[in-house]
Amino acid sequence: MFALENVSHDFGEGPVLTGITVRLAERRIGILGANGSGKSTFARLLNGLVVPREGTVSAFGRSTRSDGKAVRRDVGFVFQNPDSQIVMPTLEEDIAFGLKNLGLPPAEVTSRIEAELNRYDLAAHRSRPVHTLSGGQKQLAALIGVLAMRPRAIVLDEPTTLLDHRNRKRLLAVLAGLEQQVIMVTHDLEALAGFDRVLVFEEGRLFADAAPEDAIARYRALID
Amino acid sequence: MFAPFRPGSSWLHRARPATKLLALAAAGTGLFLIESPALMSALAALALALFPLSGLPLQAAAAQLRPVALLGALIVLVQAFVGGPETALLVGARLVALLLLAGLITLTTRTQDMINTLERALRPLARFGVNPARGALALSLAVRFIPITAQIVADVREAQRVRGLENNILALTVPTIIRALRLTDEVADAIEARGFDPEKGTS
Repeated sequence: MFALENVSHDFGEGPVLTGITVRLAERRIGILGANGSGKSTFARLLNGLVVPREGTVSAFGRSTRSDGKAVRRDVGFVFQNPDSQIVMPTLEEDIAFGLKNLGLPPAEVTSRIEAELNRYDLAAHRSRPVHTLSGGQKQLAALIGVLAMRPRAIVLDEPTTLLDHRNRKRLLAVLAGLEQQVIMVTHDLEALAGFDRVLVFEEGRLFADAAPEDAIARYRALID
Repeated sequence: MFAPFRPGSSWLHRARPATKLLALAAAGTGLFLIESPALMSALAALALALFPLSGLPLQAAAAQLRPVALLGALIVLVQAFVGGPETALLVGARLVALLLLAGLITLTTRTQDMINTLERALRPLARFGVNPARGALALSLAVRFIPITAQIVADVREAQRVRGLENNILALTVPTIIRALRLTDEVADAIEARGFDPEKGTS
């Protein structure tokens, strides 16, 4: 559950987002927009990676401005490029990284690593250097590293962009099965099938906010 | 290149990471006190023998030496020219022994265990302003991003070759640095997003 009130932001070179007020409570929310429309900045506002110049953002009742660390425990973030996200040399060490940051006892860390590796059929790759994994395995590994921390919501920034068709399908199937709230920035319109709501950004403003069919139609009209 | 960990149950796998790192530091220092080429060659051979004795194939030893073979050969050649064949043998054998010993440690020790050991070792220095958690994270990031940096260099080299700029150092270094800096920003965001707290560390 997110609430944004009169949010505006810039990085010193003109506004990136202007006057955004929105509440996000649905389980599956898609974010669309052309390059430079502000959608990735919007995603980063949701877990406090970016704090707005004006306005407030809260996640599950906590302000990202004053309680950013707690917000990041509740809101996991998956980046477009898994090579940016995976910070440890092997898969199991990378999953352990986030869990240790939560301050969990070693037995709980081990147990969660085992559970996640087995659930997503990656146990055989646990000790492999991450750079030797395929693109699809890396993106799944990045997602698992976040899921193991058991956040209440997951924000994904174009997670299918670097994947082939098979790995894209697999990732979307994993996302579809999650209990958590999922907010996904994407250019992949088909990936939004089954979503509850889609927001469309254009030049830093909320251009459309509707059910997927309607929002996608307006997005197509905008970019075509 | 940092050798990836190979799971196993040998005596070296079971040894404490701190003991292994201290032994490596002592051996590394000791090797520079030896001036006999014959003794140095024997120690290099001993380092090689430690691979099968630790349950590691000899191919793993070769893999430690391969990335620096060209540079090593150049160093030996210069030493032969400047100091004679005995000096070249001494320096070459020392380099081989050092690389093999370092490889033995990284092949038999999980990176996370090394990082935790480093973090513990740095803790007494906290009173002098050293942040153990940041030091430990820096080590893991270095290990993780060596292959990624190599990939960036390879990608940029390929792109510049297409443009006929393969011999232009600036055309190779500037885009490489820019891409590496961009990656640095993204990695910093990822570390923050995953809850890293430098005051607490990860161990």
